[in-house]
This record gives sequence, C-alpha cells and structure tokens, in this order.
Amino acid sequence: MKVVKIIAIVLLVVFVGIQFIPTTRNQSEGVPKTDFMLVNDVPSDIKNKLQVSCYDCHSNNTKYPWYNKVQPVAWLLEDHIKEGKAELNFNEWDSLSSRRKASKLRSIIKQIESGEMPLDSYTLIHKDAKFSEEETQQLVKYIENLKDSL
Amino acid sequence: MKNLKMSIATMLLLAVSFTYAQDGHNHDHGKMEKNGKKMGHSKMMNMKSEAILSDYFSLKDVLVADDSKKAAEAGSKLAASLKAFDKSNYTAGEQKELTDIIEDATEHAEHIAKSEIGHQREHFKTLSKDITDMVAITGTKNTLYEQFCPMYDKGSSWLSTKEEVRNPYYGSKMLKCGKVQKTIQ
Repeated sequence: MKVVKIIAIVLLVVFVGIQFIPTTRNQSEGVPKTDFMLVNDVPSDIKNKLQVSCYDCHSNNTKYPWYNKVQPVAWLLEDHIKEGKAELNFNEWDSLSSRRKASKLRSIIKQIESGEMPLDSYTLIHKDAKFSEEETQQLVKYIENLKDSL
Repeated sequence: MKNLKMSIATMLLLAVSFTYAQDGHNHDHGKMEKNGKKMGHSKMMNMKSEAILSDYFSLKDVLVADDSKKAAEAGSKLAASLKAFDKSNYTAGEQKELTDIIEDATEHAEHIAKSEIGHQREHFKTLSKDITDMVAITGTKNTLYEQFCPMYDKGSSWLSTKEEVRNPYYGSKMLKCGKVQKTIQ
C-alpha cells in the first residue's frame, strides 16, 4: 500500500507541477486586413461555420474553454495550433499569391471532403464544429467557386 | 516528506527553465535566404533547374510504381533541390514568379515527404502544375511531354521525359490512362 501511496503522491506532484509550465496562448487583438472573411464576400452561414470549425487552429485567435488551460491538454492544443497555423492561417489569407491561394483552397476541399478536417479529437469535444453532409457540400461548392474566380 | 519537497523544488526548477526555453520558440525560421556563390554562367544556373526536374521525374516514376515510401524520399529530395534553386540570373518579373512557384512547389514536395500515397498523388497534381510553369520560364535541355489523364480529379497533367504514357496518379491500376497533350522543347 505504501508504494501505491507514493506513486499517487508523485503523480499528483507532477500534475500540479506541470501546471506551472507556461504555454503560449494563441490570442491577438483585432482582425488583420488580410483576413479571409474581410477580403472575400463570404455568405453568413459559411462564415459562421468557418469561424466555429476552423478558426480555433487556423487563425491568430483561439477560443479557450477552461479544460484547454489545464496541462497536459494545453500542450496538446498548443502543438495542434502551431501546426494548423503553419499549414493555413485564415487571418493572413490575402498575403498569399494567387498560386498559393489556389493550392490552399484545393487542400481545404480535399481535407473537408475526406473528413480529415476538422480533426476527430477536436469535434469530439466541439460537437458544433462537425460538418453535416449538407454543410460539407455547401462549403466545398463555395470554395470551388472561389478557386475558379482567382 | 523530504522527498515531496525535493519533487516540488525540481518541478519549480523545471518550470523556470521551460519559461526561458520557450523564448527561443517564437522566432520565424521561415525564410532562410541562401547566400551562396553568385553563379555568372547560365549553364550552371540551368543545372539547378535540371536538378529539380530530375528529382521531379524520379518522384513521378515511383508514383507510377505505387511506391509510397520511395515517393516520400523523392519528395524530400525534391524539396531540397527546390530550396537550392538560384534565380539571380532572371529578370525581376521572372524572379517574382519563380519565387512564388518554388515556394508553392516546396510545400507540396514537403507534404509528399510525409504522406500516404493518396495524398502524395493529390499534391503531385499541383506540384506538376508548378513544375510546368517553372519550365516555361527556365526552359530545359531535354524534350518533355506534358501528359494528361482525364479521369483523375477532373483531369490532371504531369510531365514526362518519355512519350509513352505511364500514369503517376493511378499506377498499376490504370497504367496507360492518358495522352500526350503537348511537347515541350
């Protein structure tokens, strides 16, 4: 029993300890002029969907529920956001060339059609981030049109 | 109790050192300008774009052979030769275009280096467009064939050094699907 107690104490200490390790919060003031929503005429329902389903990891602003401030969840999230923003940052959309935009749009379509995005680990908690069949079609159609208009 | 204190102290130390370590993370390593030797000879310069083409064709060949692992290797090799490309001998307008092409192509090559075959082929499609646009500016010493498969993703092209069609999008499934669309000389 003594061993179990020691292990429990050590785990508790580690858990408390890691809470002191800081993470970088992905938050910033205002929306840059290069934002996807500002440079494109996005219908309001699609706007809303993108905001809810994509912007947490693909923009400079993440909405943080309480559990995302607890380690080790915060680390996991920080990593995802870093990776997500490297692939695509909607806030910086207009700084891309037409070629790059077309590439990104193509990838967005593929990711959504194949169901790879939004990530399962994300929609598990954020139920409203899920795409219904209809929403998928609507969004893909919009992105296709945008790509063709470049 | 002594152990507990020690653990807490260790944790705090760790926490402090992490705080400092994190400072280094925010730097942008995105653009590392290569300041290699200036190469005055257009022949040398062409070799750089020929190196890109040669890596692109190796990649195409392993996709034809349905070999995802080798495609990943070819992808990272291509990414490296794209980064080594020297555009100093082109006009300002061409340089701008080439920078854009290379940046896009590099991203696709890097994705090919870390994906499974389906994704590799998706990226190969856009990569092929980039490489074709690059050749339009740089030219090449070989005769190339732009080939086209109407079935893959609403129609997709690629480049080949051989006239006979070997489809990189379907591999063994539809090896000969496609036709020569254009000859580039």
